[in-house]
Order: sequence, then structure tokens, then C-alpha cells
Amino acid sequence: MRPDLDIIQQWIRPGYHVLDLGCGDGTLLDYLQRERGASGFGLEINPDHITTCMGRGVAVIEQNLDTQGLGNFDDGSFDVVLMTQALQAVRRPDKVLDEMLRVGREGIVTFPNFAHWRLRWGLALSGRMPESDALPYKWYNTPNIRLCTFKDFEALCRQKGIRITSRRVVDGQHQNSWLARLWPNLLGEIAIYRITRENEQ
Amino acid sequence: MPDSLPADSVGIVTPQTYHFDEPIDLACGQTLPSYDLVVETYGQLNADASNAVLICHALSGHHHAAGYHSKEDRKPGWWDSCIGPGKPIDTNRFFVVALNNLGGCHGSTGPNSLNPATGKQYGPDFPVVTVSDWVKSQALLADRLGIDTWAAVVGGSLGGMQALQWSLDYPDRLKHAVVIASTPRLTAQNIAFNEVARQSITTDREFHGGRYYDHNVVPRRGLMLARMVGHITYLSDASMGEKFGRELRNQAYTFGYDAEFQVESYLRYQGERFSETFDANTYLLMTRALDYFDPAYDHGGDLSKALAEASCEFLVVSFSTDWRFAPERSEELVNAMIGARRKVSYAEIDAPWGHDAFLIPTPRYTDVFHAYMDRIAREVGA
Repeated sequence: MRPDLDIIQQWIRPGYHVLDLGCGDGTLLDYLQRERGASGFGLEINPDHITTCMGRGVAVIEQNLDTQGLGNFDDGSFDVVLMTQALQAVRRPDKVLDEMLRVGREGIVTFPNFAHWRLRWGLALSGRMPESDALPYKWYNTPNIRLCTFKDFEALCRQKGIRITSRRVVDGQHQNSWLARLWPNLLGEIAIYRITRENEQ
Repeated sequence: MPDSLPADSVGIVTPQTYHFDEPIDLACGQTLPSYDLVVETYGQLNADASNAVLICHALSGHHHAAGYHSKEDRKPGWWDSCIGPGKPIDTNRFFVVALNNLGGCHGSTGPNSLNPATGKQYGPDFPVVTVSDWVKSQALLADRLGIDTWAAVVGGSLGGMQALQWSLDYPDRLKHAVVIASTPRLTAQNIAFNEVARQSITTDREFHGGRYYDHNVVPRRGLMLARMVGHITYLSDASMGEKFGRELRNQAYTFGYDAEFQVESYLRYQGERFSETFDANTYLLMTRALDYFDPAYDHGGDLSKALAEASCEFLVVSFSTDWRFAPERSEELVNAMIGARRKVSYAEIDAPWGHDAFLIPTPRYTDVFHAYMDRIAREVGA
């Protein structure tokens, strides 16, 4: 399993009702169903991914977050709403976060850090839009239209009164190195956040 | 039939008639004392009878879903594109059951059958049956065939409604319901089109209040008009445009009212052919069954509440240009399933053919259907 998914699965309690926004080929949901007794749905728009999900028994709904939102899901109807590597690709990440925490008690979000030193370095040296393994596109064809840094994301959460209950920062190999822990916004490539609007218990 | 049988065809098939002597109580309050159901099956039922798939037909469908009745048949069964060896409903793995519904006109008991009470054809005395009644009769057929639980109940359009009704009426007797190009209830526009169809039949001079059999006539014009208006709703503006455009049958306008445009002559031809093979009373009955279908009705209009009774998993498929049962209707159904926490997968297939797209094997439709059915086959060990 992709290492970020491996970290996420450890946070899912048995029997959780899960909504996975941009569920890809359903690897994570499939695992959660089998190993955690979780239930739930994945939303996806890529036809090949949808077919793969159906073939492996993952309940997948063809639904576009940008145009259709999450209006068809009731308040608090999921234990957790996941969004892995897709926040940077939606038109209004701020609204998606609001919606995630409306339909779910908790959210788990992962995205690439635009302030990683290699990207900063690339931009500083070449004066061109940076590319990396996590962001392998050209500026004109990238689906990643809302790139942000860890600091940006945390500022948005503060502004919205969203509580970050955990954060794991990993490098390109998804290793949780001590350096990345020390200077996450510079050395971390991908962050995995757990967020909620619920008060601390 | 082609000169040699295609490798993915179920081949030559022969329908069978099952007679039921136990009376069946219908939703309208009437009882049918006995009845026949005409059935075709493809593939082999496995030892634990876990690989059975029920195919439910739409308005003008019947039991002949796949294969050929004889070498002289010009066309295979109505869903041959999806049923056969290696096709989405793979007859190498599944035991497939297709029937003509009660009230039909292809051999199952319907308005053109003899009424044992009078010795004449039922005609308008045949009770109006509902989707629920069909499902009930299909369950009795399943008993007869030794099928306790369907691996899947599958249907498009009105057939999809039956699959949905199965999940509510016999939740323990199916593992999956596949609901294609369907809707949880007809809209006012849908009912309006049905009413035009019914009016054209019942106002035909040859209709005789539904007792046209006694007069040895058929309300051909009415049935033809009903089919013409229905047919328009099965196609999309784009697909009609592509097929006919404004093409004329002759070079120039004749300034008359004969069929001048190709689309006119096509519709007339379709209507005429249909009127030769289909029973007018059955057409009335089928459209009424469509109108009445509304599983949320008994739950204060709350479809989610209705679906709380279901326990199977669902596949819902819609088609982008279907305006008869538009994707929004499927989404309504899916959302109610989500609300009821039922396990559902949904795909909207991009296809230009309107409602008819559910009969046409576009690559993505086939992929989705294949993947889902393949998973069911693995699940039931088929």
C-alpha cells in the first residue's frame, strides 16, 4: 500500500463509516473494509478507477466534487472523511474542508507541500515553476490548481476554527524522518493531517 | 442469425412455459386463479444454486433476452449484447433466467390469454398488475426453479424498477440489484407521455373498449402512434439528428403530408412493425405499471426509509443523454441509498443514444457492467 495510506489506515477504528473523496482505485477502502470492518463510499470521476473499484467490491459513486459538492450527504453521516492527494486539485479547498467536516465527525487530509526545499530551490535557481515526483506536471496542464504549503493549510484551519488533532510529515519516500519533524515546512514533502470541529474530549 | 453462431452467443434457445395453479393475489385487490409464465434460461445452475441471475424486461420486452430461436431468426434476443459467454452477464458462470412478465403478450398470461371464467380472452378484464406483482410472480418462479437467492436481479428501465422492488419485497432473496437507466418514480412528464400513448390506443375506433379480440380487429393505428411517441422518448435529439438529420426520402419537398423526412418514415415503420406484434391491452397495462411505481409512496415519500428494508448491494447506472429517465433520477435513487446506508456503486455513462443506450454495448458501459458482474461471480463462487 502507498505509505501515506498505510499511515491513514492506522487511524481508522473498526466499524467506521468512511467517505473517501477521490478514492482512486479503491485500495484504501478495500483494505479498510477487509481489515477494519469499515463501511462507506468512495467518490471518483476517473472511469478506469471507478471500474477497478467496482471490480473489487468497493462502493464507488461517480461524483465530481467541484460541480456537485457533497450536498447529497447528510450532516454527521460519516465517522471520517478522507481526502488523499486531492485537496490541491479542487477549485475551492476551503469549501471542501467545510463540507468534509459537515458530513464527517473527523477529516483526514493529505497533500504535497509546496514549500519543500527542493521546490523552493528549483524556483529560486531556474526561475521556472517547480516540478517534483509529488508534482510531476507542467504549469499549464497540472490538475493541481490550488497548491499550498503546510503553513498555509494550518493558517486556513486556524481561520476556520478547525482543530488539527495530528499531523504526520513525511518525505518523498514517506519516511517520517527526524529532520522533517524538525523543519516540516522546509523538509516535509507530504503531510497527513487529522482535523475536526469537535471539541477536545 | 449469422451463417455461423458467434462464439459469444448462447446459441439456439427454446422457451419453456411454467404453469402456476396456486392463485396469486394482486395489488389491485383482484386474484388470478392460475397463470402461465414463459421463461428462457441460459447457462447452468450450480450445485448450491448460488449463481442465478434474474433478467427483468422493460416495457416492450419479453423472455427472449439472448440467443436465437432458430437459424432463420434475423435478430437475437433483446439483450444479447450483454448476455452470453464472456459477456457482462457471463453464461459460462451464471445461470440466467429471463421471463415474460404477467400481463405480457409473448406467452405469459395476459390480456390476450383465455379467461377461464368466461372462455374468452381477458381483454380489459385482465387486472392491472404492478411492479410488486411481477416481483411476487418472479419469486414464485424462483421457488419453482429451486433458486432461493439470486446472485443478482438485473434490469434496465422498467426492468430496473423490478430489480429495485426485489430489494424491498424480498431483501433476503438477492445479493445484488443492478438498476440500469431507471428511476425511483415517474415524473409528470413521463406520465404525460404514457397518457398520450394510452389515449391514442383507447380512442382508436378498433379498440372496442379493449374487446377488440371479439371483433377480430386490432387497434393498429393507436398502437402505432403509441409506439411512435414512445420511441421518440427512447432516443436523444443528437442520436436522431445523427441518424436522420433533415434528410428527405426524395430530392425535394412535395408540399404534402406524406412521410417526406426520413425520420417520419422510420417512425412509421417502427410503429407499424410494433403494432403487428404487440398487444394493445398489454401496452396499456405496462404503461400503468410504470406510472404506479413509487416505492417511497408508502413511506411518506421518503425513499431512504423505503430502502431501509433492503439488504442487498446495488449497482446503479445512468446514461448522459437519457432524458426519459435522466441521470438525475438515478442520482436521486443513489442518494436515497446512501442515506439508508446501503452499499451502492454508481456510474453515469457518457453515451449519445438516450434511453436506448442501456441496450447498446458502449465500451465504458460494458467495462462497468463486466467488472461488477465479475465480482459477483467471484463472490458466489461461479
